[in-house]
Amino acid sequence: MSLAKRIIPCLDVDNGRVVKGVKFVDIRDAGDPVEIARRYDREGADELTFLDITATHHDRDTIVHVVEQVAGEVFIPLTVGGGIRTLDDIRRMLNAGADKVGINSAAVSNPEFVREAASRFGSQCIVVAIDAKKVSEAGQTNRWEIFTHGGRKPTGIDAVEWAKKMTDYGAGEILLTSMNRDGTREGFDLALTRAVSEAVAVPVIASGGVGNLDHLADGIIEGKADAVLAASIFHFAEYTVQQAKEHMAGKGIEVRLS
Amino acid sequence: MSSVAVIDYGMGNLHSIAKALQHADPRTEVRVVSDIESVLRADRVVFPGVGAIGDCMQALNASGLASAIKTAAQEKPMLGICLGMQALLTDSEESDATMCLNIIPGHVQRFSDNLQDNNGERLKIPHMGWNRVKQQPHPLWQNIEPGSRFYFVHSYYAVPEDESVVSGTSDYPKPFACALAKANIFAVQFHPEKSQSAGLQLLKNFLQWDGTI
Repeated sequence: MSLAKRIIPCLDVDNGRVVKGVKFVDIRDAGDPVEIARRYDREGADELTFLDITATHHDRDTIVHVVEQVAGEVFIPLTVGGGIRTLDDIRRMLNAGADKVGINSAAVSNPEFVREAASRFGSQCIVVAIDAKKVSEAGQTNRWEIFTHGGRKPTGIDAVEWAKKMTDYGAGEILLTSMNRDGTREGFDLALTRAVSEAVAVPVIASGGVGNLDHLADGIIEGKADAVLAASIFHFAEYTVQQAKEHMAGKGIEVRLS
Repeated sequence: MSSVAVIDYGMGNLHSIAKALQHADPRTEVRVVSDIESVLRADRVVFPGVGAIGDCMQALNASGLASAIKTAAQEKPMLGICLGMQALLTDSEESDATMCLNIIPGHVQRFSDNLQDNNGERLKIPHMGWNRVKQQPHPLWQNIEPGSRFYFVHSYYAVPEDESVVSGTSDYPKPFACALAKANIFAVQFHPEKSQSAGLQLLKNFLQWDGTI
């Protein structure tokens, strides 16, 4: 076995600045995206994900410029999500230097969009982002549903079934975020991660809730994720990506150490 | 100043590879080209590609670039990347059996479903992420640590008829050919333009390579 499990720092970008929200409110400014991307690359990040949370449409150009700048000097895979609704949005991001795009709400409102995107640009660049919230009560069989609009809007769609459907439609990877855990620093929803990872053939990225380095390792070992995504633990320099990898390696997880 | 042509046949984004080549050697003239003449005129050729092989071959045949690549493959340093590597073989299982360029005799096969690693963990398809590459001696591996990791994303892999053209292997879980070398041609399944310092070094080596072994 020599394929490494990946660590993916996520940069939430609002109008050209990296921010990190706690459950999507209380946003703290964390700095310049290009500078932060450079730092993560030096520390050994395996990929970078930019989540554009800019509210207004005309300010979306800023994320294009950010991606262009980063792609010119950071030579690892870059994913951009947030506001991807049309084939044209995808083309713009890929032309700016992104390698993959994350599709979230647009997949829920029109699943065929995922099929079209995968057939036009290839499954390798289509990541379907799933925001899932636990809807079962304690004692009941676990059930998670898809929520859109930053976790505010329920859809009634079962998360595991949805992940399977999206890979049938051509998603090359699933970015799975637990809305219960996002921003809480309590760790991933491991049962959710494992349920989705075991249900689909494509790689699954666990997201939402990382507060320490054990959480990252748990996502791989217990959650069976192929990659782990985290934002705040890296932004505020609590841990470097290098430290995270060394910690995971110490738990027997294969990682890329430079 | 020497020049490198990055062949653009409408299959994916070439921004990354062009930027990485320029970064690897600022003195090289990097041009993204879609016409036959530019491919034939360049000192070196990079043949990239992502997506499905059926669409790729259709685009290459329709544009006449297929014959330009065959010509270039006989006379100057060429680097095939990902789908650009697979297209050099004879045929591929993908897209209902696709005839390819037959520059390196062999086939392209899909990874089996339900692969498992030594611990019984399921291996996902596509093979995506950073994997170790076992190198065979070649100028393009110069100054790259043996066993260095490169970034992969693919579901199909090359099986050349002549095993002596294999210049690098990775395990998933069994060894597969991830780099091929034949005379002035070098081809890799991984993405050097996304493989940080090891990838940039490989691109730099290519831009300095005279096509001999």
